[in-house]
Amino acid sequence: MDDVNRTIDARGQKCPMPVLLVAKAAKEMQSGELVRLEATDGGARSDIPAWASQTGNEIVSSSESDGVLTFTIRKK
Amino acid sequence: MMAEKDSDKNPESMTIIAFSGDLDKLWPTVILSSTAAANGMDVTVFFTFWGLFPLVKDDVRITGHDAMTKMLAGMNAPGMKKAKLSKMEMGGMGHWMMRKVAKKNNLLPPEDLFVMCQDMGVNMWPCQMTMDLLGIKPEQMIDGLGEPAGAATALARMSKSQINLFI
Repeated sequence: MDDVNRTIDARGQKCPMPVLLVAKAAKEMQSGELVRLEATDGGARSDIPAWASQTGNEIVSSSESDGVLTFTIRKK
Repeated sequence: MMAEKDSDKNPESMTIIAFSGDLDKLWPTVILSSTAAANGMDVTVFFTFWGLFPLVKDDVRITGHDAMTKMLAGMNAPGMKKAKLSKMEMGGMGHWMMRKVAKKNNLLPPEDLFVMCQDMGVNMWPCQMTMDLLGIKPEQMIDGLGEPAGAATALARMSKSQINLFI
């Protein structure tokens, strides 16, 4: 649970902010580090995987509960 | 580790021709541009015709070099914060309502997303010909724009882009 290097709280923020915030964080991180993103924008459900596949970053896990989408992503 | 860095590879590219200065068209322009930059793409927006007015600083009240161009600027208030809706503007109500709705839904206004685009390295190119035509001076425009460019420069860029949009 606490093995992530960074956590981004994008809850309440709309497209395109979840993607922009995770991209900004990824830019500042080292290869192999983990970032966790929490978002409530439904678009993030497909946008984050789309961003990850476009940029080569890996989604380690994803879940959804109480309207909050949580992604853990490993920086390429 | 491989010797070749990621930055050595040619990134994919997107070019948008921002023709409209309307608020509801600025939004997709800055949303797509910032997201494409987040995806690692090389992004350029070429602002031309009505698209140029939003690049004028909000505190510049009027642009133009003669009566006619000043009238045009009067009908298309310069500045991103003054941009109107492309439909159902209803004498100013439209863009005011749209901004209210956006704020309520936590959608950032285009001027904020524009700054994010700039932070992420999106190239913002004003059209030189439109600047001359409408009498918009470089010092009246917001900071951080690219050098004014022409149709050939825009086309050269578009010919290398996988995604080209006219908004």
